[in-house]
Amino acid sequence: MFETYVLPGILILVHSLALLVVLLVFTAFILYADRKIWAAVMSRRGPNVVGPFGLLQSFADLLKFVIKEPIIPSGANKGIFLLAPLVSAVLALAAWAVIPVQQGWAVANINVGILFVFAVSALEVYGVIMAGWASNSKYPFLGALRSAAQMVSYEVSIGFVIVTVLLLVGSLNMTDIVLSQQDGLGTRLGLPNTLLDWHWLGLFPMFVIFFISALAETNRPPFDLVEAESELVAGHMIEYSSTPYMLFMLGEYIAILLMCALTVILFMGGWLPPFDFAPFTWLPGVFWFMFKLCLVFFMFAMVKTIVPRYRYDQLMRLGWKVFLPISLFMVVATAAFLKLTGWA
Amino acid sequence: MTAQELAQSLVIAAPELLIAIGAMALLMVGVFVRKESANAIVTSLTVALLVAALGWMVFFAPMGPAFGGAYVHDAFTFFMKMLVLIGSIVALVMSVGFAREEKFDRFEFPILIALSTLGMMLMVSADNLLSLYMALELQSLALYVIAAINRDSARSTEAGLKYFVLGALSSGMMLYGISLIYGFTGHIGFDEIAAAVTGGERSIGVLFGLVFLLTGLAFKISAVPFHMWTPDVYEGAPTPVTAFFAAAPKMAAMAMLVRVVMDAFQPVTADWQQIIVFISIASMVLGAFAAIGQRNIKRLMAYSSIGHMGYALVGLAAGTVAGVQGVMLYMAIYLAMTLGTFAFILAMRRKDEGNVEQISDLAGYASNNPLMAAILTALMFSLAGIPPLAGFWGKWYVFLAAVEAGLWPLAIIGVLSSVVGAYYYLRIVKIMWFDDAEGRFVAPAGELRLVMGASGVFVLAYIVFGGPIAAYAEAAARTFF
Amino acid sequence: MLLTGIAAAFFYMFAFIAVASSVMVVVARNPVHSVLYLILTFFNASALFVLTGAEFLGMILLAVYVGAVAVLFLFVVMMLEVNRVTFRKGIAEYAPIGVLVGVVIAAQLLIVVVGQSLAIEPSGTPALPTPDPAARPNTAALGDILYTDYVYFFQIAGLVLLVAMIGAIVLTLRDPRPHIKRQNIGEQVARDPEKAVELVDVESGKGL
Repeated sequence: MFETYVLPGILILVHSLALLVVLLVFTAFILYADRKIWAAVMSRRGPNVVGPFGLLQSFADLLKFVIKEPIIPSGANKGIFLLAPLVSAVLALAAWAVIPVQQGWAVANINVGILFVFAVSALEVYGVIMAGWASNSKYPFLGALRSAAQMVSYEVSIGFVIVTVLLLVGSLNMTDIVLSQQDGLGTRLGLPNTLLDWHWLGLFPMFVIFFISALAETNRPPFDLVEAESELVAGHMIEYSSTPYMLFMLGEYIAILLMCALTVILFMGGWLPPFDFAPFTWLPGVFWFMFKLCLVFFMFAMVKTIVPRYRYDQLMRLGWKVFLPISLFMVVATAAFLKLTGWA
Repeated sequence: MTAQELAQSLVIAAPELLIAIGAMALLMVGVFVRKESANAIVTSLTVALLVAALGWMVFFAPMGPAFGGAYVHDAFTFFMKMLVLIGSIVALVMSVGFAREEKFDRFEFPILIALSTLGMMLMVSADNLLSLYMALELQSLALYVIAAINRDSARSTEAGLKYFVLGALSSGMMLYGISLIYGFTGHIGFDEIAAAVTGGERSIGVLFGLVFLLTGLAFKISAVPFHMWTPDVYEGAPTPVTAFFAAAPKMAAMAMLVRVVMDAFQPVTADWQQIIVFISIASMVLGAFAAIGQRNIKRLMAYSSIGHMGYALVGLAAGTVAGVQGVMLYMAIYLAMTLGTFAFILAMRRKDEGNVEQISDLAGYASNNPLMAAILTALMFSLAGIPPLAGFWGKWYVFLAAVEAGLWPLAIIGVLSSVVGAYYYLRIVKIMWFDDAEGRFVAPAGELRLVMGASGVFVLAYIVFGGPIAAYAEAAARTFF
Repeated sequence: MLLTGIAAAFFYMFAFIAVASSVMVVVARNPVHSVLYLILTFFNASALFVLTGAEFLGMILLAVYVGAVAVLFLFVVMMLEVNRVTFRKGIAEYAPIGVLVGVVIAAQLLIVVVGQSLAIEPSGTPALPTPDPAARPNTAALGDILYTDYVYFFQIAGLVLLVAMIGAIVLTLRDPRPHIKRQNIGEQVARDPEKAVELVDVESGKGL
């Protein structure tokens, strides 16, 4: 009894707690980095008061949110109103359970890991819809409708991108996806294991589509129509304040990190070092994973600062009329290529 | 299934494959050609596609089972698929003029016809309950949309909705029956089911399943008591659609019914025979009496088709080679007569009023256009079953089969109801020849004249060339024995 | 496969929640709450799938039904203002007939089942024994069945969906109305700066 159930149970609990703490602290600094990068491009200083270089700004924000008074609008559907931020934060965190940051370092190494992430990220739309409806106000509702349509639309192309990668891998297990990138385009050409083996090179168009779809899926600028300040004030979050609002922000950033992690795992070799020889292999895999994660997030942040916001119809057009046909075609082309060359 | 088996299956099912791929390609064509000419271009291409599939089937497609027993192509399916394809092609050709005149110019219409034709061909070829259901749904879904395709007309929308709701209900019942049959026999393949109920040993669960399955199939051929949708859908849908509904789907559904009872349930003939006999009698009687009071010619044709399905089922009730042969010939003759009659209905067009649908509008047709009226008269006589026209021979075969199988009462009721039915066909003839003209119809389009002429020749000359067709049908019917 | 130990406990938990929340779908007063309970039901059904080793089905259930289908439900229900009173009135009116039909069907089924006894002997052995999920991931097993053995049905199902899509477009899509401006991206990109931009020297005080 003890060995079969209790011990593994405790172990999983410890794993989850460790992941949670690291993730939350990491998120705090990612938020800080986002604001700093944004500021730097605009030639501002960004947060610089709390702590050295303003490093503790996010923690100050946390404190501020927690001690503020939560306001619930009188016409709101109270239960759902409070459930919504919880849903969006918890789901974003739940998906991290299957993300391996290093060989064997995942809370749950399940067979259908990538499907689990896909399913859970598909559920994140509920936080937004529930918030929009429960607020009982038209701007949140409009924001929620936009967001739901947007997230559902881009999930389609994300799904197809994942399918192309899976065609190359032949498994839905996250660890297998990373390990399959030890052998790729570079090694086929007779080179040693390098970053040329990773899927980003062989599936470059899909890499681009995935990156852009990830922006749309997480409602990041330039696709942040959900909370377009000039039109909808703050979308589904207008009526929220204090801790519930913070949960939304937290959920949003963790979802962004999740998408970054997914990009790293699917296209950038996960924890594999960029060159499989001496100085690079000295560093542990988790370092390389974090490094790549930060790199992808840097791109997310730069897109936010540089690209102007899309109009709603343009967004839908991009999703359905550009990405969907391209990714569908790529699925067929990849499958045909693998079948004809016998690489699979 | 190995790659080689799959390749063989694809060769056997090549006509269907051609239609499926062609329909998808035509969707692209429809999007990229100019909007004004899209319907005309896609319609002609679809006709070409269906003709190509027909040609392929006649000249190249080998016969045999395919897809691991889900699909079969044999002499029976060959005959029935030919009827289905001819029905679809002719209905599509007849829609051209109507589309032009009535601003009925959606290029999706011919594509939906092609896809539902595909569903019908798969239905005819279905060799297990799963493929039967899937094919049926493909066909039905396309038909629901086609019925409502004139979406700005309340009647067309109503027709589509009514057809959809009742169709979904019947599909549900059928699925329930299928699940019972699967549960109690453990098989979905027709041959395996026949083996499981061999020697007449069947559990009451299988019987329940069979009843539900027949209910669903009877709905599809609009046999009484599952006919309620027919008059409203026929009246509400645009006329070319009605022509299509009266022709091709009936062929496919009847073929499917024949295959299910003759293939899967032949060992328990006594069980389904009484159901078929009841449905047959009810359809013949209702078809004969309810049509008498109709003023709208499309409604009249609806009741007429109900009655004709009853006559065809007489042959099936016999459950013999001659019976199946009779069903096949009856369906072929019915197809020719129906398409010809609908060509006339489509030609009922006045300069100022557009298309008219009342029977009284035919008054004095003979004085304006004696040749056309003569052909229509021949068709009406044939529908009524007057010798020596084609309709008579159809009835001859089914009644003869029933008598040979000892179903005397059924044959007698059939003859009596066809005497009653003759009344309303002859009334149309009387209105055409003896009533005073109210106005002239515009000259019918070339394609309509072609269809009228062809069906006129068919009913008049059937006595001459009917022999080889009957011989082929008999050979095809033997596939079940 | 019989579940024991903790698996059985989890099974009963998920099963109980699934049944309870599906009851709530029917009795909840607010239609939005009904949909949310429906989602909870899906969730627990998916957990049950995972529990029995059908992990692929569980995840697909989440992604497709909860992630897409239920979102549309929620959309529709949120935008409809369902009038509960007329709803109830209809129920009262049709309840007797509904109950009657239900009782008749139940009685008939009972006759069949009792007369037949529930034990249906499986005809022969199953075609294939269930493989060990650890040795053969059920994604691969499902893929083999769906794309190899049942490819014919899979393709017909695809055609049915195609027809449904064409049908939805044919019956609902209207041509763009003239007063709505639409963006033509190709035209925009192909614009020539030579023609689009005009440089004008404006003398001061004159205006254009």
